[in-house]
Amino acid sequence: MLITFLVGALIIVSEFIPHKPFNNLSTSLEGWFLIISGFAIILGQLSLFKVNIIKIHRKAPNWPYFIIALVSFSVMVICGILWGTQQQPGLIPVSDKMLNFFGVKPFDYIFKYLFENLSATMFSLLAFFMASASYRAFRARSPESTLLLIAAVLVMLGRTTIGSTLTGWIPESLGFLHLPNIASFIMKYPNTAGQRAIMICAGLGVIGSSLRIILGIERSYLGGK
Amino acid sequence: MKKFFFCFFISFMFIFYIQLVAQDISFTAQDNPNDDGGAILLEWNIPLSYPEMIISRSIDRENYIEIAAVSPLLKTFIDDENIEDGQEYFYKLSVLNLEGETIESFSASALAKAEWFNTDKISLLIMTILLGSSITYFIFSARKGKRLYIRKISGLDTIEEAVGRATEMGKPLLFVPGIMDLDDMQTIAGLNILGHLAEKVAQYDSTIHVPVCRSMVLSTAKEIVKEAYLRAGRPDAFKPDSVFYLTDDQFGYVAGVDGIILREKPAATFYLGAFYAESLILAETGFESGAIQIAGTAMPTQIPFFVAACDYTLIGEELFAASAYLSNEPNQLGSLKGQDVGKAIIIITLLVGVVLEMFGIHFLKDFLATH
Repeated sequence: MLITFLVGALIIVSEFIPHKPFNNLSTSLEGWFLIISGFAIILGQLSLFKVNIIKIHRKAPNWPYFIIALVSFSVMVICGILWGTQQQPGLIPVSDKMLNFFGVKPFDYIFKYLFENLSATMFSLLAFFMASASYRAFRARSPESTLLLIAAVLVMLGRTTIGSTLTGWIPESLGFLHLPNIASFIMKYPNTAGQRAIMICAGLGVIGSSLRIILGIERSYLGGK
Repeated sequence: MKKFFFCFFISFMFIFYIQLVAQDISFTAQDNPNDDGGAILLEWNIPLSYPEMIISRSIDRENYIEIAAVSPLLKTFIDDENIEDGQEYFYKLSVLNLEGETIESFSASALAKAEWFNTDKISLLIMTILLGSSITYFIFSARKGKRLYIRKISGLDTIEEAVGRATEMGKPLLFVPGIMDLDDMQTIAGLNILGHLAEKVAQYDSTIHVPVCRSMVLSTAKEIVKEAYLRAGRPDAFKPDSVFYLTDDQFGYVAGVDGIILREKPAATFYLGAFYAESLILAETGFESGAIQIAGTAMPTQIPFFVAACDYTLIGEELFAASAYLSNEPNQLGSLKGQDVGKAIIIITLLVGVVLEMFGIHFLKDFLATH
């Protein structure tokens, strides 16, 4: 707690003092954090291995999946260490035969043609989930959700070509009624105002939480009550 | 004829000089303000008609070295190349004509030094002092026994109900502390709530899964859950593998957590921390599994997703207030009251700023914006 207080107080003070050594304090501490988290990665890998091995050993439901996880992890580590990556050389040079077959180093091949595609697949699920969540959120059950529905429909129409087509006939003098203009208005003013209110309050929350931690009132992160 | 040319030349020079003076030509050098030394700020006011100027530097007024070619449009230049604090530097600004010949030069000198206070951040300091004072005041007021009203936060009141439901159903709870590391305050806020939640889980003899995507968060979360079981008087019930690492990769982590939700079918899921694009993927999968869902984040772009897919959402500051709210300790509740005062100060500042701007008075905006 003393360390937390000292470091927290120093960081706050260093924000207002450009003189050495305060000017580099924040950067130095960030560097320390990176070093510590670098070592902590080993803990993460050990945890991953331990949890998966236990599940395989106990034949937990769907245990073959955990074998796949461990094999995938091991293959990437072995490929990375043995042949290296595009930027880093490995322990042994990549043979021409291997290079002709994969086109790149094995690690980069797996990363580019397997990992990136799997990540993109997960990300693309968002589109379907967005549709199902929107369907529930936009049901007009209360005045608030009706307002949400109206705003959403206006923004959706305004952001597509159909919005311009639908309201294209309205004269320029009534340009504010054009759907793209209405969508821009909603995004620029009510939406930005709401987001800023959340950000200001979150900022206050961060200050409050930080003070509680620095003053030793909040000890939950240390396992205290 | 010679006299005529001489008079003409003198007149030309005089007019040129008068022009220079009339345009208030100036060249100054001073220590670059609010820095850690090692920089000198040069400012000039030269007619824009000159195509180019050369800045030279010397430490003995004799041997000048050219350091930059600048345009009169720039008005300022910061020299921070090999500048030593305490050493006096002499500068010469040479104004060139179209042929590149020097037609006028100006001199100035300055010493660089590091400042002990950044005057640009006065407004930030004032706000920090005001907020810090109000929070500290209410903390001490609460300590003295002053009763403070804190509004109810439904999402947090439901925690016990969710744990009870999980116990009755014989299903686990799932806690996701976001995808950021410990250097993000939202992760720490989420972990603070995990402590309270794990204590309830231990009391109810339920189980909790905490998959994490950062190694630092792993060790911290493990310690928090362990201590929570200890506080509940059930250290034997703590399973170290209940807190486990999946991967640092965003969508790899999402795939892992989604897999856990679909296989384990948790009775309640908690998403408390910093989230990005994965928020809706997680929340919708949890919704499909039929779990009670409580989410909290300060990411403005992710809040709508959680609101749409979860039963309860802690919006912005509620996430940071959660631990204090759950602890019910006067000290911590006092800090929440202090935050509310801070909020009032900001609202008043905003309103006053809007009114002043409407009347064309820009003092407050300039003070808050430029400092």
